[in-house]
Amino acid sequence: MALDQRQTATQPAGGLMPSGPAYREQVVTRQRRGRRWAIIFQAAMLSGIIALCALLFNILNQSFGYVAIINNIDPAELAIDGVPLDELTKDQLVGILEANVSAGLMRRYEHDMPFAQRTSENVHELILERVVEPQVQATWGLFESVFARGSVFAEAEERFPGSDVYFRSWLTTSFISKSQSSEPLRAGVRTAIFGSLWVVAITILFSFPIGVGAAIYLEEYAHKERLINRLIQTNINNLAGVPSIIYGMLGLAIFVRILEVFTSGAFLGIGDQSTANGRTIISAGLTLGLLILPLIIINGQEAIRAVPNSLRQAGFGLGATHWQVIWHHVLPSAMPGILTGTILAISRAIGETAPLVVVGASTFIALDPSGPFSKFTVLPIQIYQWTSRPQDEFRNLAAAAILVLLVLLLTMNASAVLLRNHFDRGQANA
Amino acid sequence: MTVALERPAQTQSSQSAAYANGTGSFAIEAGGMGVYYGNFCAVRDVDMRVPTNKITAIIGPSGCGKSTVLRCFNRMNDLINSARIEGEVLFQGQNIYDDSVDPVEVRRRIGMVFQKANPFPKTIYENVAWGTRINGFRGDMDEMVEKALRSAALWDEVKDKLQQSALGLSGGQQQRLCIARAIAVEPEIILMDEPASALDPIATLRIEDLMKELSEKYTIIVVTHNMQQAARISDFTAFFSVDEYRTGNLIEFDETEKIFTNPSQKSTEDYITGRFG
Repeated sequence: MALDQRQTATQPAGGLMPSGPAYREQVVTRQRRGRRWAIIFQAAMLSGIIALCALLFNILNQSFGYVAIINNIDPAELAIDGVPLDELTKDQLVGILEANVSAGLMRRYEHDMPFAQRTSENVHELILERVVEPQVQATWGLFESVFARGSVFAEAEERFPGSDVYFRSWLTTSFISKSQSSEPLRAGVRTAIFGSLWVVAITILFSFPIGVGAAIYLEEYAHKERLINRLIQTNINNLAGVPSIIYGMLGLAIFVRILEVFTSGAFLGIGDQSTANGRTIISAGLTLGLLILPLIIINGQEAIRAVPNSLRQAGFGLGATHWQVIWHHVLPSAMPGILTGTILAISRAIGETAPLVVVGASTFIALDPSGPFSKFTVLPIQIYQWTSRPQDEFRNLAAAAILVLLVLLLTMNASAVLLRNHFDRGQANA
Repeated sequence: MTVALERPAQTQSSQSAAYANGTGSFAIEAGGMGVYYGNFCAVRDVDMRVPTNKITAIIGPSGCGKSTVLRCFNRMNDLINSARIEGEVLFQGQNIYDDSVDPVEVRRRIGMVFQKANPFPKTIYENVAWGTRINGFRGDMDEMVEKALRSAALWDEVKDKLQQSALGLSGGQQQRLCIARAIAVEPEIILMDEPASALDPIATLRIEDLMKELSEKYTIIVVTHNMQQAARISDFTAFFSVDEYRTGNLIEFDETEKIFTNPSQKSTEDYITGRFG
């Protein structure tokens, strides 16, 4: 005890801090408290991962699995002299088609495209569509299909006697390369993919230059103390939080209605004659552009602000003009940050549905967009539309389309990250 | 603590008299110069005439506006929105704050080296070449880069890695690269804001030697916290102090030898002998 007293007496705190075993115990308590927080943080991260896994499982579960199909006419019955359907010549296929569908329908096909010009694959497809007419009776998820195959077959046998049960991936090359159809087995997302790419391209072209330009102005030129600039800054921050459907209303009012002459392409005389209104790709792209503009501006400002002032001073000190300093030093240094912000903003634009519903994306369209003035649909709209159908198999299509959307997003992000790394490296060595 | 800091008229005259015995002309003549940041007066009443092709050191306690004064000499304070400059700064008889003068030209002819080495995140070669290129240099770039690097005593160390990043150099090398970059655009005056304060003694010594060499061709004005450094390298020394309103002002400006051996102001003596500041 006396020893303890002597020790504490020499301490600057004058004995007011615990010492000896009391201090050791206090340290242990503090460490324990720290560990408890670390565990909570880990749990938070873990629950995030679990949520993500659940989402992925759900999508994958629906994208693959057994289907039970009943054909109107068994393809085997259509075989001629034992040669199966898909190995027959074109003439034989046309013969089968002629024998099974009405003369009126044949005339319409002939009118759309003469049979002489059609390929045998094309005729084969027509036979599947009109003669074989496969109908999906039921679908099963991937989990069931893998772990409960027996019960899947038993259930199919019991409920749909005579049905064809086979494992089907809803995400196939033909799903990607085919356009929309009311038959789930033949529906695809090509139109939606093209629509998404077109819309996003216009969004980028519109919002990147304007957003970066505004960020440069606000950070480099604007007098920050001035009331008008503070007002602008506050409003940009607020706009970033405005619900996206409100941008949809804005797009509808301005791009679709007021600027219809321009957005429909009528002023160039190249508008889509079937619609001749402003519900076009360019309206959608501009609307999404407005939506992500505040995000790009704010991120751009952050990136520009992060460029050390010493770099600007070095440039000015050598007799560079303001613009030379910005172009040669500020922008290259800020570019990785600007691109990161743009990537995030574009990812958001690709996934947006609500504003496009308002602007007027087509829910059913089988024709690829031909340019900025054509009607369009995009992947999220397609997914939304499929999930709202009563038939189960459209849910599988939606899941497959979600996978396509995710892959599209990841591809775009990856290319943007590569671009950013390129700029980063350029800064370091070149 | 507060020292009587009236600005005696002889600061100007004694320096002029001292320099009148010498040869020359003045690179920069500041008259009645004051700097305000918003309503705050950072420096007031600066009258100093900086001799050509000499090293002039600016010393003084922290917050006395040494760097502010230095940055006024090439209009770097223009970059601060709230800064306002009073009085005049004559460079070759022309007030650089005149409306007809473009600060871009001023900064090319009055170069600057900063406290913290700030090479561009580019190659060593490009660091030197950039300034001349934007200023319209049309000659042999390789030759020019070599000449500038030689002048900054850096050539032998970097000649084999000109295409490597400047950020890979040591602190002292980076600072000499910044000096090379500054002299590449052929200024007449080089302002140095504590150029060696972040360097070790050996690197500091190399910078000091370099400054001595450069002073044959350039007028150098250097802000330093290190009084030994000021005594070692400078020909003239300006002592700034700060009054009770935190406003800096020029106390004494004279030949370095006189400032350090026989200052005419008591506060200068107090400062250099370490009694205050």
